Amino acid sequence: MEKTPFFHALKIDEDTCIGCSRCMKICPTEALRVRDGKAVLMPDRCVDCGNCFKVCPTRSIYIEQDDFEDIFNFPIRVALVPAVFMGQFPNEITVSRIYGILKDLGFTHIIEAESSIPVYTAAKKKYAAENPDIKPLISTFCPAIVRLIQVKFPGLTENLIPLRAPIDITAMYIRRKIKEEMELKDDQIGIFYITPCAAKIAAVKNPVGEEKSLVDGVINMDSLYNRVYHEIKKQGHGYKEQKLPVSQLSADGVLTSLTNGERRLSDAHHSYSIDEIHNVIEFLEKVENEEIEDVDFLELRACDQSCPGGILTCDNRFLICERVFGRARKIADRERKGEQTKDHELEEERNYLMRHMKVGEIKPRSMLVLDDNIAVALEKMKKIDEYRARLPQTDCGICGAPTCDALARDIVCDNAELTDCVFIQRNLEARGNMDVQESLKIMEVIWGKAKMNDYVKKK
Amino acid sequence: MHLEYQVYEADFVNAGAASSAIKKTLKQLNISPQIVKRVVVALYEAEVNAIAHAYGGMIYADIEPDKIILKVEDKGPGIPDIDWAMQEGNSTASPEVRNMGFGAGMGLPNIQKNVDKLNVTSTVGVGTTVEMEVNFT
Repeated sequence: MEKTPFFHALKIDEDTCIGCSRCMKICPTEALRVRDGKAVLMPDRCVDCGNCFKVCPTRSIYIEQDDFEDIFNFPIRVALVPAVFMGQFPNEITVSRIYGILKDLGFTHIIEAESSIPVYTAAKKKYAAENPDIKPLISTFCPAIVRLIQVKFPGLTENLIPLRAPIDITAMYIRRKIKEEMELKDDQIGIFYITPCAAKIAAVKNPVGEEKSLVDGVINMDSLYNRVYHEIKKQGHGYKEQKLPVSQLSADGVLTSLTNGERRLSDAHHSYSIDEIHNVIEFLEKVENEEIEDVDFLELRACDQSCPGGILTCDNRFLICERVFGRARKIADRERKGEQTKDHELEEERNYLMRHMKVGEIKPRSMLVLDDNIAVALEKMKKIDEYRARLPQTDCGICGAPTCDALARDIVCDNAELTDCVFIQRNLEARGNMDVQESLKIMEVIWGKAKMNDYVKKK
Repeated sequence: MHLEYQVYEADFVNAGAASSAIKKTLKQLNISPQIVKRVVVALYEAEVNAIAHAYGGMIYADIEPDKIILKVEDKGPGIPDIDWAMQEGNSTASPEVRNMGFGAGMGLPNIQKNVDKLNVTSTVGVGTTVEMEVNFT
C-alpha cells in the first residue's frame, strides 16, 4: 500500500473558519473534524472532491493556486484550456474572442485540453482489448474518483485504466510540438492548466502513478474568469473582434468532460456513467460486492453534471452544460457538412503519444484499515463496536465528529474520548460523576472558547 | 469477532445486506482486497440462496486473525442431492425464481471457487447449512 501523504489543494483558513461543522457533515469520506472551534482535515481520507468548499458559509475553505504572474517565468506560456471554460461565457462571446483575451493576458499559445480525446479514446480501447478479463474497467478521467477508489475501494484499484489523463496527453503533445518548431528547451516552456476543480490541482501537484506531472502550473478557473471578464467589460459593447484561428476541437472532444462524454465514445457492450460522488460511492459498493455483474466500463465523475459542476466554475452547472452542448452541436454540424474533419487532432503525433500513454501502478491506500496487524485490528474493531453500542446514534456532530460511528472509531484510534459525547456527559452529570464545569471544558476543547460564551445571560 | 444477520424469504430488496456489512468489517482489517472480494462473492451467493431458494435463515460470521468462518443456515426445502447441486448448471429453483434471474445453477459452484473450505449439509424438508472458510493468508 502507498504511504506517502496526499497533497491537497483544499486548505482551511483558521482565521475565518467559524467551526460551523457543515463541511464535516457533508464530507463523503468523513475526512473532517472540529477541534478548538475550527475544521480540521485528515489528509489520508480527503479525496479533494470539494463538497466542503461548496458548503462553507464563510469561504474559509480555499484552493491554493499558483500565482498568475508565474506564467512569466517562461518565455513560452501555454494555456491548457478545458472546453468547460468556454462554457462559462454567454453564447455571444466567441471562442475566438476568449483566445484573443488570453493572449492579451500573456499567454503565447492556447490549446484546448480535450484536443487529445481521439488519441485518449483509442488508447482506452486498446487497453480494453488487451485486458478482457478486467471487469469493469474504470475511467481515470476524474482524479477525485481515482483517489476515492484508492482510499475507499482498494479492491477496485486494479480496475482503474492506467492511462494518462487527456490534459497530460495534450500537454505532452504541445510541449513536443513547440520544442521542435521553435528549437527550445523544456524549461523554456510553461504549460498552465485552467482547472474547474481542486482534484485536478492535486493530480498535477501529486500525480497518482507518475513521478512528475507534465503540467507546470495550475490556474483556478474562477480567477481566470474574472480576468477575462474584466477585459470583456473593458472592450465594451461595440467591440469588433479580430478573428483568431481557434483549435479545431471535435464535437466528441467538446463533450468529453460532460456526463456520458466518455461512455458515448466507448465500445463497451455494457457500461454506466455516474456523476456526483455520493452516487458513485453507492454504485461502487454494489460493484465491489459483484452484485452488479458483466459491466465492461464505468465512467465515474465526482461532481454533479461532471466538470460543469466543478467547484471552480463560475455559473450554474446546467447553464454551462447547455452552452457546451450548443458548441458541440455547431461543430458536429460542420463535421457532417465536411467543413471540419473529425478525430484528426494530434494525428501527426499519434504514434508517439500512444507509446507514452501508460502510467505506473495505481496502488490502494485504504483509509479504513485500523492496524496492519489483523489481530490488533480485530481487537480495535471489537472496542469500536462496544463504544458504538454506548453512543446515541443521533449523529448530531456535537462531539466534533460527523457520526457516532466516526466518534467510536476516533476513540479507539486515540483521537477522541467517550466523554466528548454530550449524551454521555449528561448521564455522567446525572450520576454525579462529572460536574458541569468539566463538561463545559470538554465542549470548549472541541468548539473553542468563543462558542462557550454565556449566551443566556447576554440576552 | 462474531457477527449475525437474519435474512428473510423472498426479500430480494435486501439481498446483499449481510455481505455488505461483512465487507465493511473486513476492509478495516488490512486483509488484501482480493481476499475480501472472495469472501463477499461467496457470502453474497449463499445469502441469495437462502432468500431465493429457501424460507430465509441466519448468517453467522466469525472473524479470526487468520481466517473467516461463515455459516448460512436456512429453513427451506433442502437439497436432495448435494453432489448434483454442486455441478454448474444444476438447479432446484422454481420457475418463478428463475424468472427473476436466479436459479441458473451457478450458486454453489461459484461459492466453491471462492472459498478455502466448503461444507454443505442438507435435510430435505428442514433446511440447508452452508459452512465456508476463507483464509486471510
